[in-house]
Amino acid sequence: MPDAGGLDVLLSAEGLTKHFPIYRGIIRRQVGTVKAVDGLSFDIRRGETLGLVGESGCGKSTVGRTVLRLYDLTSGTLTFDGQDIGAIGADRLRAIRPRFQMIFQDPQACLNPRMTVGSIIAEPLTEHTALSRPDRQRRVEELLDAVGMNPNFANRYPHEFSGGQRQRIGIARALALEPDFIVCDEPIAALDVSIQAQVVNLLEELQESLGLTYLFISHDLSMVRHIADRVAVMYLGKIVEIGPVDALYENPQHPYTQALLSAVPIPDPKVEATRKHIILKGDVPNPANPPKGCRFCTRCPVATARCHEEDPAPREIAPGHTAACHLIGQASSSAA
Amino acid sequence: MTAATTDAGSVLEVENLETVFHTSDGLVHAVNGVSFSLKPGELLGVVGESGSGKSVTMMSLLKLVAMPPAEIRHGTVRFGGRDLLDIDDDELRRVRGGEIGFIFQDPMTSLNPVFTVGYQLTEPLKVHKGLSRKAAEDRAVALLELVGIPSARERLKDYPHQFSGGMRQRVMIAIALACDPKVLIADEPTTALDVTIQAQILELIRELRQRLGMAIVWITHDLGVVAGIADRVAVMYGGAIVELAEVGALFDNPQHPYTRALLKTMPNLGVREKLYSIPGQPPHLSAPPASCPYAPRCAEAFGACMASNPALRVVGPGHSVACHWDPATGGPRDA
Repeated sequence: MPDAGGLDVLLSAEGLTKHFPIYRGIIRRQVGTVKAVDGLSFDIRRGETLGLVGESGCGKSTVGRTVLRLYDLTSGTLTFDGQDIGAIGADRLRAIRPRFQMIFQDPQACLNPRMTVGSIIAEPLTEHTALSRPDRQRRVEELLDAVGMNPNFANRYPHEFSGGQRQRIGIARALALEPDFIVCDEPIAALDVSIQAQVVNLLEELQESLGLTYLFISHDLSMVRHIADRVAVMYLGKIVEIGPVDALYENPQHPYTQALLSAVPIPDPKVEATRKHIILKGDVPNPANPPKGCRFCTRCPVATARCHEEDPAPREIAPGHTAACHLIGQASSSAA
Repeated sequence: MTAATTDAGSVLEVENLETVFHTSDGLVHAVNGVSFSLKPGELLGVVGESGSGKSVTMMSLLKLVAMPPAEIRHGTVRFGGRDLLDIDDDELRRVRGGEIGFIFQDPMTSLNPVFTVGYQLTEPLKVHKGLSRKAAEDRAVALLELVGIPSARERLKDYPHQFSGGMRQRVMIAIALACDPKVLIADEPTTALDVTIQAQILELIRELRQRLGMAIVWITHDLGVVAGIADRVAVMYGGAIVELAEVGALFDNPQHPYTRALLKTMPNLGVREKLYSIPGQPPHLSAPPASCPYAPRCAEAFGACMASNPALRVVGPGHSVACHWDPATGGPRDA
């Protein structure tokens, strides 16, 4: 493990892989596999936020679901708080499930429209605890208060709330069982700009007061810069670069990270007028049939012959900052 | 000056547009007296949150809102020497997709899945320009090449689902450009796309503007996109334009508290600090605004803001704002 020494690792993935079979024809023969997540290794330390960024289809949501064991692993190991959760069975998994939770992208779709807010938030309590009804109700009120909502709202239905408020309800439900670790899967993508800031601030306050650990999945690179301590950049099922947030944003090493950051519009006309954008050609290739060699080679502005042949291994540039690119380290000796 | 240019040198002039929706919960006042003009060749960015009336405003210009439930109560839309709200359906049809092109947010739902891209591209050429099938096809190939789609002739036979999201949006742009529009209205054309694809489309639009010189209205909620491509910006809130300025002036010297707050909520790639958030929720618009629609969320609101809805007024060259408060003095703006 790269940096287990002294640091308190809460979740650790080694060679995490999740492939989805593709079936075709009348007899549903397997004709291929989508390599959604292909051999990821990373640690998430207790109390930190790991940002996970990448384009749609790169496999970031699959990572989020796989680390919560919502999917079974194809291969690799997964350790949560020192315990191997990659291969354990349903019973043992159920016992540990309260410790990790998820906040979803679409607050409209993830709340049952026929349940009251109170019963939505109380559901995990009914499932996993032996709390009495009045205790549950007290806890629901506490939780609503914690996410900045009026505790009297418990009897209302989700449709009575705005997008931002619904996301708060989703957060309250995720907090109900006092988890250590929360996967936030695009929690602000469906919200308006002025509401996004409210939800992000709430997530940060809760992290501080409850000592939560987040995996924050987002395509919004500016928001990830704001909330994350470390960031992993994914492309076609692989982590191409991972590092501390400032190092990664100020000194991106992988050509894909550089292009991704350069594509983010900056809300300042003066900066935009002089800024040189790296425009990537084409689209993300099909993950069922990724290119040979480095997966980014088809769109990479600086790819060499070697990139089309050989898949680069991650290499460390600075402590905790690694990138998987053949050209790193070569650039200084031979102008790549 | 072309035929589409009015005396004031604008291609499009919208005045006091008001659109309401009749719903089961009563009236919704979606657009409340919007006025703006568009100069030839300029790009006007329109920003605002969902429900601020940006799309309904632009759809109302061409009566693209379903009526009922919508009703355009007031307003004039001067284009090519006539009022678009006042002409008959045949003439309006010639303007739609002909002189004024439209690009929608989601290219998957706005392209017809059962017709080939070639069919959908040649249709406006045949209808508006009266081109023969052969001529329309050649023009379609040229258009697809213009928007950067490789092996254009072969791709005419493909269906929308055979294109990726970014490519589909390029097809939409090609369709909108088919009849050399004088005005292009783009409604959140990059919102559904990834940043790298968005960067491609923005680059394409910059290039096409230089080559074709049409005026563009670009609706977005992303101030970053606006900073990169717009000449002027209109900020909408509660169905009205609350601030209108040159892009530089808007970012350097925002006048309306809502614009100032929006700029503050944007996380900056460079700095890391606690995010500013605007308290409260956008207004419901169930009644025509008697007071300033932003007043309940505004940090600067005072008595006058609850008493009357401020009108848009000029505060500098090309800069107008609808607000009772003056950021220069921190007090009321004098009449």
